Amino acid sequence: MGARRVWPKEGITRIPYWIYSDPEIYAREQERVFCGPSWSYVALDAELPRAGDFKRTFIGEKPVVVVRDKDGSVNVVENRCAHRGVQFCQRHLGNASEFMCPYHQWTYDLKGNLIGVPFRRGVKKQGGMPADFDPKNHGLRKLEVARRHGVIFASFARHMQPLEDYFGPAMLALYDRVFDGRELTLLGYSRQLVPANWKLMFENIKDPYHASLLHVFLVSFGLFRADQPSKVEMDSTGRHGALISWRGEQKRTDDNADMKSLIDNFELSDAALLDPVREFSEYTVVMTTLWPNLIIQQQSNTLAMRQLITRGPDQFELAWTFFGYADDDEAMTRRRLRQANLMGPAGFVSIDDSEVMKFSQRGVGAYPDSAGVMEMGGRGWKDEPHMVTESVIRAFYDYYRQVMEL
Amino acid sequence: MNAAERYLTLSAGELRLELDELYAGYSACLDEERFEEWPEFFTEPCLYKIVPRENFERGLPLATWLCESKGYLLDRVTAIRKTAVYAPRYMRRMVSGIRVIGWTDAVLEVRANYLALETLQDELTRVFNTGQYRDKLVVDGGKLKFREKICIFDSLLVPNSLIYPL
Repeated sequence: MGARRVWPKEGITRIPYWIYSDPEIYAREQERVFCGPSWSYVALDAELPRAGDFKRTFIGEKPVVVVRDKDGSVNVVENRCAHRGVQFCQRHLGNASEFMCPYHQWTYDLKGNLIGVPFRRGVKKQGGMPADFDPKNHGLRKLEVARRHGVIFASFARHMQPLEDYFGPAMLALYDRVFDGRELTLLGYSRQLVPANWKLMFENIKDPYHASLLHVFLVSFGLFRADQPSKVEMDSTGRHGALISWRGEQKRTDDNADMKSLIDNFELSDAALLDPVREFSEYTVVMTTLWPNLIIQQQSNTLAMRQLITRGPDQFELAWTFFGYADDDEAMTRRRLRQANLMGPAGFVSIDDSEVMKFSQRGVGAYPDSAGVMEMGGRGWKDEPHMVTESVIRAFYDYYRQVMEL
Repeated sequence: MNAAERYLTLSAGELRLELDELYAGYSACLDEERFEEWPEFFTEPCLYKIVPRENFERGLPLATWLCESKGYLLDRVTAIRKTAVYAPRYMRRMVSGIRVIGWTDAVLEVRANYLALETLQDELTRVFNTGQYRDKLVVDGGKLKFREKICIFDSLLVPNSLIYPL
């Protein structure tokens, strides 16, 4: 890469467009962001209730398997046979007592230890592995694992800082607000392939400025608006961030006159679609972005993990896992399922985002040598008691530049 | 003999023709983007869901798209027409293998395969979504209407956005 790519001299108020399309940047992200010293979200405990339950997923674009061990602990291993590199696990979810690679039937226990190599001693005294071949040296590569209140994270890096320190106190408090130790229950999955660079998704969720303008649905129903009480928070590094708001009144005021998209007196034909009840302390909406691959969605009563799985510089998979709590009553479960209409590939709100991300990629991908302007709400970054700011995006890129040495 | 009873006396062939007509009309309504007419294919109340096959097979209740009344259907139409921001597109639906499962208490259960092709500007037409309709129909106002229409899709990875109904 060398000197070819130089970040604009204005710093984090300019975002050079080559970061969204350059294959060398993408390769460096895989190495430093996703395989670097970061905790990536991989699963909920509720997805793997029994011993042997596994989930196949990805960190960046690297395939991994998350598996519940016999003692209840969780192991995360590379989904790559130690022999010849075959991605041995092909099912999204399942249960296994051991993993066997289909190619040459090398077999691993739930910890990833190699426990079987067919014909290891040869056949009729011919062939076989060398006498000093030691299976202990040829297990699946294991990742570090951290768990908190029903959520599982993994890291390719060694000697990771504790998850709680990694989040920092502000993000940890928001995390514990949703993951308060109650048992979670799995409601289901949605998956979409978004034709945009993965960072555009993070920018979107770190950008309260757009939410009041693009999302007519949200704005008109008072679910997220610039004139509502709101704030943005970050951790001390800038890599994590949260958009927080409280529900306000729905009417046109001087403050929202710029929201051309606001439709007054907009009413749903069926009000049951949005029947939010106050569930969490203080805030109506908290959207938390955790470096490097997770968005925690709490929009009224709809809760979801949105996992970013990169698929090259110009597309990513967005894997949604919707959940509730094991102690939800039937009415609450129904409410969560109805409000899920706001989100996902067909979401009343999130359609706007996936479409606009594609429009973004079409623009920035074609003009790699241009740069975006990021000056709303100032030129640095700090927590703000309002949402008319791009502070959280600047914070993200401040950290990104350090990690990427750009 | 009222309309409901008439349907019960139809021969298998006659019923088949009725269903062909209904599904062709349903697809044409959507392909031609006459979305305002779409709720009229349903009863009140009704259930319309688009569900990833993995959720269906695991018994997970989450739908990608959930409507529990005609009002919900109308709200989706309002979103398509007024609130949602999306790139222009055409969608064409192919329905085949319409199969009558049977009548239970004046409810007709029908299954069919569907294929939705999407055409975006600057892009070749692609298979957008494919799966199975699992429908329950009743006679309402002299016509067969959907009391339940569940679209269970194989295409788990949705190509960006699902905006129009299936």
